[in-house]
Amino acid sequence: MTIGLTEYLTVAAIIFVIGTFGIFVNRKNVIIIMMCIELLLLAVNINFVAFATHMGDMAGQIFAMFVLTVAAAEAAVGLAILVVYFRNRGDIAVEDINLMKG
Amino acid sequence: MLPVLSFYLISSVAIAAAFMVVASRNPVHSVMFLILTFFSAAGLFVLMGAEFLALLLVMVYVGAVAVLFLFVVMMLDVDFSEMKRGFFSYFPMGGVVAVILLMELIVIGGSYFADSEVTPEPRADGLSNIEAFGNVLFTDYAFFFEASGLILLIAMIGAIVLTLRHRTGVRRQDITKQVSRTRKDGVELVEIESGAGTGE
Repeated sequence: MTIGLTEYLTVAAIIFVIGTFGIFVNRKNVIIIMMCIELLLLAVNINFVAFATHMGDMAGQIFAMFVLTVAAAEAAVGLAILVVYFRNRGDIAVEDINLMKG
Repeated sequence: MLPVLSFYLISSVAIAAAFMVVASRNPVHSVMFLILTFFSAAGLFVLMGAEFLALLLVMVYVGAVAVLFLFVVMMLDVDFSEMKRGFFSYFPMGGVVAVILLMELIVIGGSYFADSEVTPEPRADGLSNIEAFGNVLFTDYAFFFEASGLILLIAMIGAIVLTLRHRTGVRRQDITKQVSRTRKDGVELVEIESGAGTGE
């Protein structure tokens, strides 16, 4: 009995779905939404590494590292925006974020 | 047998922790469960033979991103119990979307890759994971490596510029001002007649 690609893809799919579900359910809390985005990116990374090992190709792992880099940058800038928003409004309720009237 | 057991153990911990990130009432607990999720994902990476990425995941996420989240959660003075209010009203729609998405993903994954193996084999050239990683990263992907460094630099500058503020009414030390002071604007010589005092 061995662990195949299907098992890894299933784990990644479940984590991805939990991330999506979290974005739907926690509409008010931006911090939780950002953590859910991190979960989505983690699921993508698991897929990348699983396929890299399956195909014996290093490029998948390289790409996973780039995804990691971009995720870290995104977290830093996103949290900075959140801090500035909190400073201006005294609240971070996402439902009220319509300053741009978009 | 041991890899199979550890796969199921690690992945169930990862999934449970990921669910707790979403379901936890306290955001600080959410961050802690996020750390646990990333830690178990690093375990999965080790099982797949990507040791370097596993270490990177622990360093970058547990060491940096999670701490960043923790700081922001603790800095913002927000009533988080108020934020949880809509949880159950959004639950049905979120659940429907989640189930549909999961079915799609599992059907695709299960039907296409049913007999595919993921077994980390020792490389034919005898290189370790880090050596093989570096051989590819610094040759074929050198430009993209530099570009990712640039992205991190821009993100760092952006975060600093966004959060930096100059408050008025705060006394700060200005080194240039101190060093460039001369005797002329520092000392004033006042002629006082004898016996008259300074008049104050």
